[in-house]
Order: sequence, then C-alpha cells, then structure tokens
Amino acid sequence: MPGRLEPDPIPRRDFIGIYGLWAAALAIFGSILGMMRLPKPRVTPEASTKFRVGTPAEFSPGTVKIIPEYNVRIVATEQGFAAMSLICSHLGCVVRESVDGFLCPCHGSRFSLLGEVLAGPAPRALQWFSVTQAIDGSLIVDTSQETKPGTFFQA
Amino acid sequence: MASDKTAVALRNLKKFSGVLRELVTGKGQQGQDEVASIWENLKATPDTLRALATRNRSAAIAGISKFRDNLFKLPGSFRDSAVRHDAPTSDRTRSQAIFSNFFLHIHSTKIHPHSLRISTTWGLGVSLVSQFAILTVTGILLMVYYTPSLELAYNSIKDLHYVVPTGRLIRNIHRWTAHLMVFFVILHMARVFYTSAYKSPREFNWVVGMVLFVLTLALSFSGYLLPWDQLAYWAITIGANIAASPNELTHALGLPKIFNLGDLNKELLLGASSVGQDALIRFYMLHVVTLPLILTIGICVHIWRIRKDGGLARPGGTPTAAGQGVGTVEEVAQSAQEQPSKTYGLMCVVKDNSPHTGKDPDETVPSWPYLLRAELLVFMINMLLCVALALFFDAPLSEQANPAVPENPAKAPWYFLGLQEMVSYSAFIGGIVIPTLTVIGLALIPFLDRENGESGVWLESIPARKIALQSVIIGALAAVLAVAVPVNFGWLRNWFPGIPQLIIIICNPGSLLTLAYIIWSLNVMRQTRSTRMGAIALFTCFLVGFVILTYVGTYLRGPNWDFFWSKSSWPIH
Repeated sequence: MPGRLEPDPIPRRDFIGIYGLWAAALAIFGSILGMMRLPKPRVTPEASTKFRVGTPAEFSPGTVKIIPEYNVRIVATEQGFAAMSLICSHLGCVVRESVDGFLCPCHGSRFSLLGEVLAGPAPRALQWFSVTQAIDGSLIVDTSQETKPGTFFQA
Repeated sequence: MASDKTAVALRNLKKFSGVLRELVTGKGQQGQDEVASIWENLKATPDTLRALATRNRSAAIAGISKFRDNLFKLPGSFRDSAVRHDAPTSDRTRSQAIFSNFFLHIHSTKIHPHSLRISTTWGLGVSLVSQFAILTVTGILLMVYYTPSLELAYNSIKDLHYVVPTGRLIRNIHRWTAHLMVFFVILHMARVFYTSAYKSPREFNWVVGMVLFVLTLALSFSGYLLPWDQLAYWAITIGANIAASPNELTHALGLPKIFNLGDLNKELLLGASSVGQDALIRFYMLHVVTLPLILTIGICVHIWRIRKDGGLARPGGTPTAAGQGVGTVEEVAQSAQEQPSKTYGLMCVVKDNSPHTGKDPDETVPSWPYLLRAELLVFMINMLLCVALALFFDAPLSEQANPAVPENPAKAPWYFLGLQEMVSYSAFIGGIVIPTLTVIGLALIPFLDRENGESGVWLESIPARKIALQSVIIGALAAVLAVAVPVNFGWLRNWFPGIPQLIIIICNPGSLLTLAYIIWSLNVMRQTRSTRMGAIALFTCFLVGFVILTYVGTYLRGPNWDFFWSKSSWPIH
C-alpha cells in the first residue's frame, strides 16, 4: 500500500525527466529574476545628497538661508544650526513661506516654522536633515540622513 | 567508353563480314535475317538520329514555352497560392474566405443577429479596437518627429504642431482619441456589467477586460508625460508620489526604513528620485513598446474568449424579435459548379449533450457581410468623431516643464481627478488602497455573483432598475457629502490638531465613502437576497461616485486645492 512512509518507487527515467524539467523551469525563472534587476538604477542623475552650505561665520544667529537646488532651509540660532526640508510630505510639492510657517500649494497642507503639520493631508512633519562640519570648517547638510526635529548642530 | 564503342563496332563488323562471307558462300536464311536486321539498324540510324534531334529540339522549345506560359499565368498563379478559397460570391465561399484568411479568421463565420443590435452593445467594443488602431497609426506617425529627450521633447511637439505637414491634425487626433478610449473603456465595462454579460462562461473574459482597462489607463498615463510641458511634468510628479505613498502607511506604523516599498516603487517608475530624463525614457519605452504589445495580446485573448464562449452574450436560445427579419438570406440553389467538394476536418469540439440541430445556428446570419459591415460602420463613426474633435480642438500644451515652478493647482489627467480628490485627504488611501480595492472588487464580480439571470439584456428586471435608480441617488448623496463636509467643516486634523496619521488613514472621506458604498451594497443583498442586485448597487454607486468626484476635481478645485464654485473666483497669483 503506497503511503507517505512507503511511497511507490518512481521509475528512474521519470525521475530524471521531472528533475530535468524543473531544472529548466528554474533556469528560465532565475534568468527572468536576474533581468528584473536592470530597471532599478544603481546610479541616479541627482547630485550627491551631501553638500556644503557655507562656513559658520556666514551664519550669524537669526540667519535663514534657502538652498533652491535641494529645497532645504538652513537656520542659525543660538542653539546652533539646523536644516529642514521644504518638500511637502504629502505628495512632494515645494512648500512656500506663509504667515506662521509654511503652506503647500498643492493641497493646502500647513506647517509650523519647525515643520510640524498644522492642517491638511500631509501625513508627517517636514524632515529635518543632519548638519555636520567638514575638516575645513564648512557646514555639510546630508539630505539622506534624517534627524529628529529640534536637533541643532553646534559648530 | 570509346573503346567499348570501338569493340562493338568491330564486333558488328566481324559479324557483318562473317555474314557476308556466308552470303557469298550461300550459307543460309539465318545469316540473311541477321544481315537484314543489321542493315535495318544501320539504315534506321539517320532517321532515329533525326527523330532524336526533333525530340530534343521540341524538348528545348517546350522548355522555353513552358517558361513563357508560366510567366503569363503569373498574377493568377500567385493569387491562387496566396488565396486558397474560391471567390467570395456565395455564402459558402464567403464563409470559406473568413475561415481561411489569417486576418479575418478571428471572426466566426456566422453570427447571431442579437449581437449586431446597436441597443445591445452600442458598438463599444469595436469602437475601442478602432480607437486603438487609430492611436497606433497616429502614434507611429508622431514617432517620426518626437524625441524623448529633456532638451528636445517639448520643441519636437511644437514642431509637430506648427511645422510638420498634417502634424497638428495627427497630434490632435492622437490626444483626443486617447481620452476617448479611456472614456469608452469605462462605458464598455458598464455595458457589459449592466447586460450581465460577465456570467458563466464569460467570467474569465471579464477579468481579461479588467486587465485591458488597467493597461488602457497606464498607456494614457505614460503618454501624458511625453510632451514634457508643465501639465505633464507635475501630473507625473503627483503620480509618482502616489506610487510612493505606501511609505505613508509604513511610517505611520513606525516600520524601519527598509520597509519603504513606496520608495522602491517610485524609483522603479522614475529611474531616479525625481521626474527627469530617466523617467521620460522609461515612460516612452512603456508607452510605445511594452504596453501596446501587452495590450495587443490582451485584445487577442479577449476576442478569442468571445469566440470560445460562443459569441457575445445573448438571452438563452429562444428566438428573439431581433432574430426575425434581420439579415434574412434568400435561399439560392447552388449551380453545379458550386457544388461543394466535401472534405471533412475537425473544426471544434463543443460542450453539449446532443447535436445542435434546431438550435441557434439556424438563427444566425453570415458574418460576411453583416458583421464586417457593422464593424466598418463603427470604425467610420469613430474615425469621424476623432477627426472632428481634432479639427475643432487643439491638444493642450503648457509651457515647458520647469521643476522649480510647481503648477497650482497641479492636476492629474481627468480620469485620475476623482482619485486625486480622494488623494487630497490621504495619499495612501486615495492613491493606492481605493484603486486597488476597486479593481480587485470589479474583477471579482463574476465570481461573487453567480446567479443565472438573463444575459445580454440591459437591467433585466424591474427590481434591478429600481435598485439601480436607488443606488444612483444614494451614491450621489454620499459622494457630495464626502466633498461638502471637509470643504465646509474641515477634517480630523482641523478638529484634533495632534491626531496620529494612522487614524486619518483609517478614517478619511475616501475610505468612508468606500465603506458607505459597501454597506449599501450589503444591505441591498440582504434585502433582495440576490448577489446580482448587490452587484448592481455597488457598481452603480461606483460609477456615480466616480463621475461626481471627477467633476469636483475638474471644475470645483482651484489653487491650493481649495474649493471654488467657478474658475472666475480663483485668486490671481
């Protein structure tokens, strides 16, 4: 009686045939998977996410500088330097300054000066980016490194 | 060989001289016979030779004349090799023509008159194929001058409009036909739904149709970017950010960065993190090669399934009013020449218990000419419509794409404006969840509603019409509320400023509207005890909601996506 413990023996040619077919299927499937790697880019045309914004000397407390190429807003306060994104977290439009913070033109999301969401469909606050200092003393902002809102960098 | 001949000649000579000697010595009759035969052979040689020569020359002449004869028969013999049926002068030969011709044989040779009625189908399916053909031809023409490069794309469109001969017309035809095709695909889906033409055995064809629907939208969307104007750039930016909106959920759930499928989605679509040259090339490739290929294969499968399912859906076998009088073919006795020489081949294996005598085929009419004529008519009407639109209205073109200057309001193409309306509340729900649920829900209709109602008739019963009407009203009310409440009173974040995003994802106008429709449909199913009624309720709500939200997104939303009753009240900026 064939069962799980004593299965019927499979003829050798069927065994070879079945495994052959599975090997072919695996080869085809594997090559398709391999080809699917192509569309995901390894290099994107955007410039590096790390960029210089100037020396600490150029930023007296109270200075606000906007870098349009990266849509980043740098502020200098007594607590230090901070960089915040001006890209709305809803669908990526660029926010513009309003009376008490920022306003996104696309769907009306409103943010405070610190980037917190006050109104609108934006799901999260404006991102704050890490600010560091290079060996030559200039400030470096890295838009791929997010920091907690309210983090200030002391030069 | 020469030595053989010489040997033979010598032997003959020897025989001859031997025989001569015998003759001279008078040796006997046998010798005389031998001599006589040899002499006959020798005498015959010149004639044989001449005959041989004549035969060879005729052969030579026959070769040349054969060639000449074949040359003059040429047009006919070529046609006979290509066309293996007789001239289509009788119903039988016309059917033969359809059956054996590669381009025609997707048609069945006979068709039921019900399928030809305009009130059944409105010719929507054939319209879609016609529009696709028009789009393909105009698209290929446009490809002669269009360049998918950031610097050249916009100006190549301008060239097409102002410089290229017939460029303006061709581009307009392409644009309006594309919009028309999206519109018709929705109409076609509605027609098939309301005539219950998705019921068994046509369930799979409905699913294939849904795939074609999504492909049509994808084709339209990918083509939208190609002019590289402000309209295109910002519409696709929105689209790509919607593709990235699963991030909204993963972030609301607090998942680590590796789960950001939204980012992967967006990167695969754009080839970068923002819309640029990579995006343009990818969309061009999709629009021009990949999607048309897949759509073509899909159309072939779709029509193939119609054939295998027994033609278009029609009410069960009883003769319909349409079956009488339409396409009556006179019986004409076949002449002796036309008597068919019978050969039998396996045509098809049908699922049934007995031969199909006295059933449908007796009501059918030959496809040539009735179906072909109907298709030609539909094609011509579509052509007229597309060309008329192209003559009177120019395809829009804004300024060249400028990433630094966002359009305000930045709007998606009209068929996505209903979605954009819901996206304005929650990108993830409006952009991903609701469309996915809609497509899956629609695709599952034939499997959730398996009642054996009348197929091929519009809204088959009075209750069905009642439910449809009720759903129109309920669907409209719910959609209007879903817009009016947030516009007038704001939404959760206005009332509870610190509210977590997860609550908003679950509870926003889009998700609540969908929920309302589902509850209404379940209620109908419960009351009428019929899945078909529930399906009618849900589908009608979906259609009405889609129309209203699209209208709101098109005409009632202005800068900052604020609500305005008319464009004249938009603030000037």
